[in-house]
Amino acid sequence: MSKLYTFLKYFFITFWTVFVVAPFLWAVSTSFKDFQSVNSKVTYIPWLDFEPTLEGWRVLIKSPAKGGVDIVEPYFNSIFVTCTASLISIVLGTLAAYALSRFTFKAGFVRNNDITFFFISQRIMPPIVLSIPFFIFLSTIGLLDSLLGLVVVYIVLLMPIAVWIMVDFFNRVPKELDETALIDGCNPYQAFYKVVLPNSIPGLIVAGMFCIIFGWIDFFFAFILTFTEVQLLPVKVVALNSSITPWWSLSASALVSVAPLIIVAFIVERYLSKGNLSGALK
Amino acid sequence: MNLIGEKISYKPDEQFHLNDVSFNFKKGNLYTILGRTLSGKTTLLKTIAGLLNPDQGSISFEEKDFIKIPVWERNVAMVYQQFINYPHLNVYENITFPLEQRKLSPEQIKKDVDEALKTVGLVGFENRKIQELSGGQQQRVALARSLAKKAKILLLDEPLVNLDYKLREQLREEFKRIFSEGLSQDTILIYSTTDPQEVMELNGEVIVLDEGKVLQKGPAKEIFENPSNLKVAEISNDPPMNVLKGSKNSKNLNFENIFLEIPNHFKNLEDKDYNFGIRASEIKLDENGEEFEIELAEISGSETLLHLKRGNSKIIALIEEVMNFKIHEKVKINFNANKFYAFGEDEKLVSSPYGGTNG
Repeated sequence: MSKLYTFLKYFFITFWTVFVVAPFLWAVSTSFKDFQSVNSKVTYIPWLDFEPTLEGWRVLIKSPAKGGVDIVEPYFNSIFVTCTASLISIVLGTLAAYALSRFTFKAGFVRNNDITFFFISQRIMPPIVLSIPFFIFLSTIGLLDSLLGLVVVYIVLLMPIAVWIMVDFFNRVPKELDETALIDGCNPYQAFYKVVLPNSIPGLIVAGMFCIIFGWIDFFFAFILTFTEVQLLPVKVVALNSSITPWWSLSASALVSVAPLIIVAFIVERYLSKGNLSGALK
Repeated sequence: MNLIGEKISYKPDEQFHLNDVSFNFKKGNLYTILGRTLSGKTTLLKTIAGLLNPDQGSISFEEKDFIKIPVWERNVAMVYQQFINYPHLNVYENITFPLEQRKLSPEQIKKDVDEALKTVGLVGFENRKIQELSGGQQQRVALARSLAKKAKILLLDEPLVNLDYKLREQLREEFKRIFSEGLSQDTILIYSTTDPQEVMELNGEVIVLDEGKVLQKGPAKEIFENPSNLKVAEISNDPPMNVLKGSKNSKNLNFENIFLEIPNHFKNLEDKDYNFGIRASEIKLDENGEEFEIELAEISGSETLLHLKRGNSKIIALIEEVMNFKIHEKVKINFNANKFYAFGEDEKLVSSPYGGTNG
């Protein structure tokens, strides 16, 4: 019984690993191929099946004037927009979540839960509904086709995630912890950043990770709200696909655009298993 | 210079959490607040700490209006029934936290913390994480943090309730020692509990609270000997005092077709209906006694609790040995009439074996 279980366990783990990793390996291998090796027949192993070339990678950093596509600038644009929007979303979202978790708001029929739901409802709405309002809004304030405009839009998209995750997290931090901090001589702001915040690191990391992922992979708004001045990575990568698909540079650009998320996941993973609240309340 | 509360009411919703509560706490004294769960004990302590603002009434301390002072400037300390410590700090940092908040000198902090660690018996645990400690140790850290602050008002909200039986006994003993040695004459100690035995052992001034109202105030002994009404008698005894509806006539006491001789302290009572009260521990098994039916028998530690029934009356008897009984078995018991209380039909104390009456 237990032997069968062990066997099945490892079988599925292996199966799943292959399932997840295989496309990456394929992309890595394809990125080193040239036109011939992609289109003539199926090839797998470098030097045996095909002669590896760096052409697919070189194109990415060559300027368009020399026949390249130059994804370096969109790459840094994407990093800037994602990080700025995530950071602002986390800071504002955490403050909002703390207030929603700890204080009671009353405005007409609106209560805390309604405010929380308002934030989440921004994610329930299909993005396409927002595209025209955002377009008009950005063009009115003159931020169309600019990094700042994208940051503003991404904050709208990412802050609900931060609020949602952090409200849930703060609700599980015992209120008595804040009260003890107040009794021990902290004013409410000190209680927040000296006691509540250091105990919320796992929540902040999860929220930050989701913000970064959702910001980084967004194609829709990056596509609609930018034209020539500013381009983000997802748009640029998709734009590679012209009449002849350059599979090699497409694979290479796909790999470099996934890389930051993989790095983030590895860094974050060790923090997620750490730190919990078990000592606060038994 | 006392902590004085006057006519404090707190009613956040339909129900009163505190209803017209007044108190006058003097420095250097121990006060216990006795009440069942949801009686308003925690609310009262939080009001004193400043975490809640009463709707009505005033609190003053050292002749200052306490309500106008925010929590973080009040210099109170509080230990919760849950073991609340700062999980991101180790034991030592947990205790220094309030001291650093008050910007004391490092030497002073070290001295105070070492002293507090010694008092609660946690020397050698300074660098442990909170999560690595047992429940009892966590509560000691919380207590040490409160003691190290040398706050003028120390609030303990059912500090032992979440501990297991053995640890509770042990920590209760230590509390008595800490309270007698470790506190300065400047401190007002307020201790809330549901456990009458804790109240008797701590032996301070008692406030009996029920549904947000103060039922009785006085020394522990006085509450035990002369509970002012049936509610207090129930709350201040564990198991609760038995109540038997009956009457007194010129010859005897009568309830459930049981006739007892009139004890001395009832001699001067009017002949009429009463609620008689008798403690579970004053009921003994006796071959020549009255017959009751067993509804339930529980063994707790070295004692047996018998839930008995006769007619419309249900009582609990505490037998000080471990005995096995069958349910629905008949037993014979004897009431010690000299320990009878008499409460009027308005539930107020009329006569007690210790000589007290209500007014």
